[in-house]
Amino acid sequence: MRDTTAPLLDVAGLKTVFHTRSGDVHAVNSISFALEAGELVGVVGESGSGKSVTMMSLMDLLPRSAEIVGGEVLFEGRDVRGMTRAELLQLRGRDVGFVFQDPMTSLNPVFTVGRQITERLRKHMGMTKAEAKVRAAELLGLVGISDPERRLSDYPHQFSGGMRQRVMIAIALACDPKLLIADEPTTALDVTIQAQIIELVRDLRRKLDMGIIWITHDLGVVAGIADRVIVMYAGQIVEQGPVRDLFARPQHPYTRALLETLPKVTGERSERLHTIEGQPPSLGDEPTSCPFAPRCAHAFARCMTENPFRVDVGGGHDVACWWDPETGEMRDV
Amino acid sequence: MFAFTIRRLLFAIPTLLAISFIIFAILDLAPSDPTGNLPLTIPPEVRAQIRSSLGLDEPFPIRYALWLNQFFINEPLNMIEGWTGWTIGDGERLRVTSWATRSPVVDLIVERMPQTLWVVGMSQIIAILIAVPIGVISAYKQYSWFDQIGTFVSMLGFSIPTFFTGLVFIVLFSVHLKWFPSIYDTNHVIDSWSSFVFQIKQMIMPTMVLALATAAQLSRYMRASMLDNLQQDYVRTARAKGLSERVVVTIHVLRNSMIPVVTVIALNVPTIFGGAIITEQIFRVNGIGQLLIIGIQGADIPLVQTLTFIFAVLIVMFNLIADVLYGILDPRIRYE
Repeated sequence: MRDTTAPLLDVAGLKTVFHTRSGDVHAVNSISFALEAGELVGVVGESGSGKSVTMMSLMDLLPRSAEIVGGEVLFEGRDVRGMTRAELLQLRGRDVGFVFQDPMTSLNPVFTVGRQITERLRKHMGMTKAEAKVRAAELLGLVGISDPERRLSDYPHQFSGGMRQRVMIAIALACDPKLLIADEPTTALDVTIQAQIIELVRDLRRKLDMGIIWITHDLGVVAGIADRVIVMYAGQIVEQGPVRDLFARPQHPYTRALLETLPKVTGERSERLHTIEGQPPSLGDEPTSCPFAPRCAHAFARCMTENPFRVDVGGGHDVACWWDPETGEMRDV
Repeated sequence: MFAFTIRRLLFAIPTLLAISFIIFAILDLAPSDPTGNLPLTIPPEVRAQIRSSLGLDEPFPIRYALWLNQFFINEPLNMIEGWTGWTIGDGERLRVTSWATRSPVVDLIVERMPQTLWVVGMSQIIAILIAVPIGVISAYKQYSWFDQIGTFVSMLGFSIPTFFTGLVFIVLFSVHLKWFPSIYDTNHVIDSWSSFVFQIKQMIMPTMVLALATAAQLSRYMRASMLDNLQQDYVRTARAKGLSERVVVTIHVLRNSMIPVVTVIALNVPTIFGGAIITEQIFRVNGIGQLLIIGIQGADIPLVQTLTFIFAVLIVMFNLIADVLYGILDPRIRYE
């Protein structure tokens, strides 16, 4: 049944819409990407670009107002959207781990940390209470929490923010997932704790060999840990490629602008920080033109009438843009 | 937690003393006359003798001190003697006595208590059993037809007073359908299956009237609290762990949502005695509420004082119980 040649995760044409009182919002528009086993993909983009919604759509963890309206999600070749409820729960429980942005609110305040880990182990690994407890302590140790046996009986409010995020990671890793989806896991933490968490994930990845999707708006983090980068803008992928190649020759004007917004400490310091002029479009309708065109210095007339498809630029790197940064001309596609 | 409870119990003593003084003083200021219901043919000097035999010619502070002594020392000692069979001292002490019936007030209350506890206690349990599932489903399926109907019915239950629903119930179920008796028979003895069925039948209407009023209110609290919690991040975490919706809602969300609702339930218990006054009148349940009404009408001040004070004790007690429950349910709150 399991297709061994298929990538770990294969997403094609995924579309998610939010139904709100003031009309529909097209948050995710025809997203396609693949993730190989053991690969770490960084997903970057500004707030509202649809990064989180895309990843929540994969396992159908969307809020009630959101609906997946199209596309296909294959996990090891199995169609996730066509799964029965039980199969989906099994997939979420055993094969995929999630770490969310805010460790202060992501744990249930009224249950002990131990219970929140063992609950998953007992349901999906068929462990007894005692076995699950041993494994839970092992997991807390793995994520670097000292005195894990004793801390199992502590409540989330007795942990600091960074420690809670470690607990979240322990929960995510409980059943040896093949895929870890980390939704801005370090955004709510201060910088030193951030570095510790990144170091921890990098280390665990080596040990456990799982595919990781790391959502962030911090390009520095991506440069440090990712194999591949996906850049999202207005609910679509505008550029993706291997991390070195993408940083060395960014193709999309948005990616280039994002890289320029990073403050530099070497060389001449400019007076002001770089910003990208303008606002992202509102997504009341599915875009029929390039969503970045109104903010783009290189926009052609064609960009206003047609939404660019993704063009392969070699080396596993592709971009959804007509403009060729090397010639300054329109691509011949 | 234990130290907290003890401290709160100690704090309750001055509070209750202050309440007892206020109750005593206000009732003493009332212009009612315990001899007012006696025939007009009784000569004034006999009336004065009756009044002095009730202790009414003593000054206010002395009467208050005597009442305190009777209520806080004599009555508890008497109760201990009753339970254990011991005799403390000479066993002879003044008790708080009803002016109307000349029997000790505490005995009257003990006599009336079972009826009230049956009806009121049952109605509370039924109210919780109705309200919690309705609140949970309403919130989980917000704006569904179930939620809409639930909202409408609880608005009705909220806004229609029990004396109206009580009468509607009597007209409908007793007069027209003849399913249940309209008058509660306090002397009914349960000694067989059929008499047990009769007891259930006579309890249904007063219990349901009270239960519906309470359930209407509770289900709203439950719904609001569930809605708050369903949006929390930890719910998404629970789902991401591959837990079924049933486990997510009935274990993770419900436990959190119960925290404020349990407080409301606990604080509701003493006020339901107030609501029961009217319901007991309608269905002729010889409970505490009815005793209070009789006491007020007959200017039976010791009876009214004692009952009012017992209500005050209940309120203080259940406030404490609510706080303790809060600490048990929510680990973030620990009283030191």
